[in-house]
Amino acid sequence: MRSLAFVLSILAVMGLAFWAYGENYKTQRALSEVESLQAQIGHLRETRSVLRAEWAYLNRPDRLRDLVGMNFASLGLVPLAPAQFGRVEQISYPRPDPLPSELQLGPIVGAVTVSAPASAPVPAEDMLIP
Amino acid sequence: MTRVPLRPLARILEARRKGENPDAIERENIRLRHEQMRDKARQRAEGRLLVLGLFFFCAFSVVGARMGLMAASVPEEPRASASTSEIVNQRADIVDRNGRILATNLQTHSLYAQPPMMVDKARAASELARIFPDLDAEELFKQFTGKRKFIWIKKVLSPEQQQQVHDIGEPGLLFGPREMRLYPNGSLAAHILGGYKFGVEGVYAAEVIGTAGVEKAFDEFLRDPANNGRPLELSLDLTIQSAIEDILYGGMKLLNAKGAAAVLMDAYTGEIISMASLPDFDPNNRPVPLLEGDPSDSPLFNRAVQGLYELGSTFKIFAAAQALEIGLANPSTLVDADAPMRWGKYTIKEFEGHNYGPLLSLTDVIVKSSNVGTAHVALQIGEKRQQEFLKALGFFEPTEVELFEAPYAKPLTPKNWSEINTITISYGHGLSASPLHLAAAYATITNGGTKVTPTLIKQAYRIPGKRVISEETSAASRAMLRAVVTRGTASFAEVPGYGVAGKTGTADKPKPKGGYYDDKVITTFASVFPADDPKYVLVVTLDEPVETSGSKPRRSAGWTAVPVATEVIRRVAPLLGLRPVIEPDSAIGVTKG
Repeated sequence: MRSLAFVLSILAVMGLAFWAYGENYKTQRALSEVESLQAQIGHLRETRSVLRAEWAYLNRPDRLRDLVGMNFASLGLVPLAPAQFGRVEQISYPRPDPLPSELQLGPIVGAVTVSAPASAPVPAEDMLIP
Repeated sequence: MTRVPLRPLARILEARRKGENPDAIERENIRLRHEQMRDKARQRAEGRLLVLGLFFFCAFSVVGARMGLMAASVPEEPRASASTSEIVNQRADIVDRNGRILATNLQTHSLYAQPPMMVDKARAASELARIFPDLDAEELFKQFTGKRKFIWIKKVLSPEQQQQVHDIGEPGLLFGPREMRLYPNGSLAAHILGGYKFGVEGVYAAEVIGTAGVEKAFDEFLRDPANNGRPLELSLDLTIQSAIEDILYGGMKLLNAKGAAAVLMDAYTGEIISMASLPDFDPNNRPVPLLEGDPSDSPLFNRAVQGLYELGSTFKIFAAAQALEIGLANPSTLVDADAPMRWGKYTIKEFEGHNYGPLLSLTDVIVKSSNVGTAHVALQIGEKRQQEFLKALGFFEPTEVELFEAPYAKPLTPKNWSEINTITISYGHGLSASPLHLAAAYATITNGGTKVTPTLIKQAYRIPGKRVISEETSAASRAMLRAVVTRGTASFAEVPGYGVAGKTGTADKPKPKGGYYDDKVITTFASVFPADDPKYVLVVTLDEPVETSGSKPRRSAGWTAVPVATEVIRRVAPLLGLRPVIEPDSAIGVTKG
């Protein structure tokens, strides 16, 4: 009986040793993965800061102004002027919802009769008319 | 344990036989026994002391060893935990009120040489001189062959330059990582941002320190790691700043001015939406300050903050507002305006020798910009009250704006404030202040009468300042300023729908050795819009402008600063989100008795 317990406990110790060995290596693997991920995050952050700087540089007002001048023929952009403020009443609203009888034909009717997409309802009280 | 009897019978009997005292035997035995007991106790105590000593020794050696280890070990990032804080830049970004970047950091490299490791020094020197035209090949060669073992060559390289240096293939030329400051918008808001330089430099890193402007004023904030990379949010608006600089530059060139400055400020919070000073510079490549001559000739000079000028007739509204406030007059009170006015040995004249008198209403004194009328009002107010009022408006102290330069721009006030000073200062001569001072004072006068402190930091909410004048006085002052635009000296300032109110100021420039120039002026237009519900204050100042479209050159503010300011308002008001509105019909709040 005593020797059986002895053998069993030795086996248990060996089993635990194997388990600990495996866990140790798993932990090491996980740590090195975390490390490489963190390095990757660091790199991405650095890249992002460079991209942000580049974005700010490409969007600097001087350059945009020059671009607007160069593309005036196709875009016709001018500085915002007081006359460009519109009123809500000046906006054409979309047609009211169709009556229930029209609904069966909905898909077909809708495809044909929907007017300009620009006339979406505007929640804001004021808006700019381009 | 065997117990030894204290009176062993055999020895007692023997002692009795010999006639000795048997008690001595007992005493002797007791003594021996006590000695034994003492020895035992001492041994035990010694053992305990030894154990205790060992314990302390171990404990202290553990603490000591741990301390030694910690001191000697290389710092290591925690590997297992997810990073809680970002790997932050050495210096935080600066952004405008909408989060657009005004200053950020860029990773680049610096270039240094280690001559002992170099293979072909002559070739390295000539190649470097080819890549960097500002370096001299002979000078470099001399350095490489000298005694030094470490030489800085370039503090910052572009990636292209780095590749070219790489291509030389010289092992003695090495790169160190560098974080440099980048101002992506170039010269935009240059005077506000300031500039940077490298502080302590090492191979792997260098300190980046601010040299002027907010970069210097907020140096500690920007470098504080506790902020975790939180950017510094300024009150500036990039778009508006750009538009104003653009218009101001055009106006300066058109009117042949030497310099120009503009301040656009929120009339309630004192937030500076835009502040421009021309000529300007590129903070990425900050020029060297002038060592001699007039500092205002340098592009580094911020005219809006550092420039102390006699701001001319723009000051008249202060006298008028004070007269209203203390009940001396109401807007229609008639004031003596018979020019020229004699005061002791001085003669006070009007612009171009006019005479608007003999009597003018207070509103017309402002509308026609009558020096004599203002002088009479100021004399009634008295020098003491005038000083107190100007002090309350902030004309005695430097502005509190968060710029490194600001505390040095203290307005120039007369040492002995006599009556003639009271007269001249009432129409803006004899007291020099910066355009920013003027903007803050106009905001205070027109916003309902509470003190405005200019700031460059975005404010989350409005904190009303100390009351300087009453709401009614403020409304009446606005009505007077509005009349200046509708029928006075600033008639060009009418922008339909925005109800501009303002006051012009033309001041002769003082000569460095006393007296005034005849043909050099500082023209200023201080305005507020919309007049019925003031939101923004704009001050435009031109240095030595001259308008040459007419038969003779015109230098008055109405012909120079006003058109520029008008164009600014026309362009900027829509960008500020102000819709044009039809003005309320009646004159506003001119009923104060």
